[in-house]
Amino acid sequence: MAHQVRLTLDALQSLIDELQSREYIVIGPKIENRKVVYDEIAKIDDLPAGWSDEQEAATYRLHKTGSPALFDITHSMNAWIHHLYPSKATLLKASRENSGFTVERMKEAPPKYALFGIRPCDLEAMKKYDRILLKDTFHDEIYKNRREKTFIISANCTRPSGTCFCASMDSGPKATSGYDLALTEIIRDGDHYFIADIGSESAQELINKIPQAEASADDIAYANSLIEKAREQMGRTLNTGNLKEILYKNYENTHWDTVGDRCLTCGNCTLVCPTCFCTTIQDYTDLTGSNVERIRQWDSCYNNEFSYIHGGSVRTSSYARYRHWLMHKLATYHDQFDTSGCVGCGRCITWCPAAIDITEEASAIRQHSITV
Amino acid sequence: MEKTIETNRKTNGQYDPLITHPYTVKRVINETHDTFTLHLGPTNGRNTIFPFTAGQFNMLYMYGIGEIPISISGDPSKPEQLVHTTRAVGTVTKAMRGLKKGHSIGVRGPYGNGWPLDNLEGKDVVFIAGGIGLAPLRSAMYQVLANRDSYGKVVLLYGTRTPIDILFRKELERWKSRFDLDVYVTVDRAIGTWRGYVGVVTILVSRAPYDPRNTVALVCGPEVMMRFSIMELKKRGVKSEHIYLSMERNMKCGVGHCGHCQLGPTFVCKDGPVYRYDEIDYLLDIREV
Repeated sequence: MAHQVRLTLDALQSLIDELQSREYIVIGPKIENRKVVYDEIAKIDDLPAGWSDEQEAATYRLHKTGSPALFDITHSMNAWIHHLYPSKATLLKASRENSGFTVERMKEAPPKYALFGIRPCDLEAMKKYDRILLKDTFHDEIYKNRREKTFIISANCTRPSGTCFCASMDSGPKATSGYDLALTEIIRDGDHYFIADIGSESAQELINKIPQAEASADDIAYANSLIEKAREQMGRTLNTGNLKEILYKNYENTHWDTVGDRCLTCGNCTLVCPTCFCTTIQDYTDLTGSNVERIRQWDSCYNNEFSYIHGGSVRTSSYARYRHWLMHKLATYHDQFDTSGCVGCGRCITWCPAAIDITEEASAIRQHSITV
Repeated sequence: MEKTIETNRKTNGQYDPLITHPYTVKRVINETHDTFTLHLGPTNGRNTIFPFTAGQFNMLYMYGIGEIPISISGDPSKPEQLVHTTRAVGTVTKAMRGLKKGHSIGVRGPYGNGWPLDNLEGKDVVFIAGGIGLAPLRSAMYQVLANRDSYGKVVLLYGTRTPIDILFRKELERWKSRFDLDVYVTVDRAIGTWRGYVGVVTILVSRAPYDPRNTVALVCGPEVMMRFSIMELKKRGVKSEHIYLSMERNMKCGVGHCGHCQLGPTFVCKDGPVYRYDEIDYLLDIREV
């Protein structure tokens, strides 16, 4: 079994100090505009201690709990993707030269991030990104360079939100691999501390520099019991049994029309989803026409022009765009990358202005399945 | 530096697939009133000649305007002649039509899988092209003709809108005069002095001389034309697994990262553009997939 230590709140601050002294930019959950976002933090006090979130379909609220807990909030609105696969990146610059043009490939000095408090679902999403952007014929240079430098401190979930269903997707509430450190927060008998599972040598080296104690068997068991309780309290469930096959058989199910009538094709779900990876490439030319920047930015399959080919877009109706998105998450992703396109974080449910719920829609298709 | 791109494709090395390289326009051929062919070559030795497979495509970039996928229409045995044929229909292709000898154009690629010509020995090969769909099939045609003895009957069925829209006309006439090749051309609307076939290309599929039990069909054209051609092929007894088609979707990256070209569980840019029909038949009948 992996080595586990007990850390105090002060030790956690030392951990952040230690990371910063090694020139890591520490990213963590913090409150901004009445929601939890995932962005740069300077110290432990920046974390949303004493706050908790309520998430339901099309509903997000923060409230004070009075508890000192740092991780009573569940996941942030945005995942880590902004940091490792930026929403806007300049790929090249071109300039006019005589009758032709020259191209300059952009090389960035990759920032060094420590992702603090990343949730197990988002960690699973990162493994999917690794599969797509690192393990195919071609890799993505920006993602690769940033990813290699990243230090990961995961936070196991002891309280799921109303839209969480990671237990159904086998991607939480406990981080199983892929982290340097995995924390479980414990508040017990007036004591507030963290059990840290050490997942890498560099984490061990870091831990040696800060005040810590060996975790007792009792602490470890208690931490696990909290996670297990979270597993039982998931706000949503999704029956994944045979789901891919059912969806493939139901491209023509009339239920898609029903959800298509509700979908506003706003693309919110794709922007908060930690497994969505679509981008577009656009050229920006200055007024003189002598300089061009080619910029890659996040895109959404809900945009009409996303599927544009000569003669028009392939998916013009909202039902077709919703179907494409859901099919990708729960069916086609499996065939593309040997893994589900959904980690059960429930963000798409929370942030959908029409309260469309992927778990409800998938089970509706199952229920009204056309048998072939 | 030769074969750099091909090597790096395989080794996941330093080659950045998203970076375009300026090539020089060596020759422009105006094929019809709205189609044209570009012959490209390396610029000042700064970039390279790369091998390609018939049916593959490159991302062509017009400085300051944009980038689009275009099939290679040249001869795979002559990679030093990088040839693309396209129709001026969109912002980028309309600008491309203004290119002259000596101008620059960005190239990256080649991408996609190409036609499965290696496994067709001894078979009858039926090419079915609609409109500009003849361009990617021409590369395959060159390769088949270069090894003509390896195949059974070779048949080209080509449908286009009107006689003035006939692409590669001189080449088609030359091919039509050969005794080891059957070339049939049909137009949707006969104008002028046209004395050939009139009607959609599917009417040729049912009549052309090939042995359906020993035929491989390579189809490229608008989706609806491909659907109906395949129906006719199947009616004559050509098996689904002997039919290949080239698909088109929006593309931004060409390497399966941007998500735009998804067709069901596949990416047209890397799993296609050429598909064996029975791999995607269930998707072709679904609207807006």
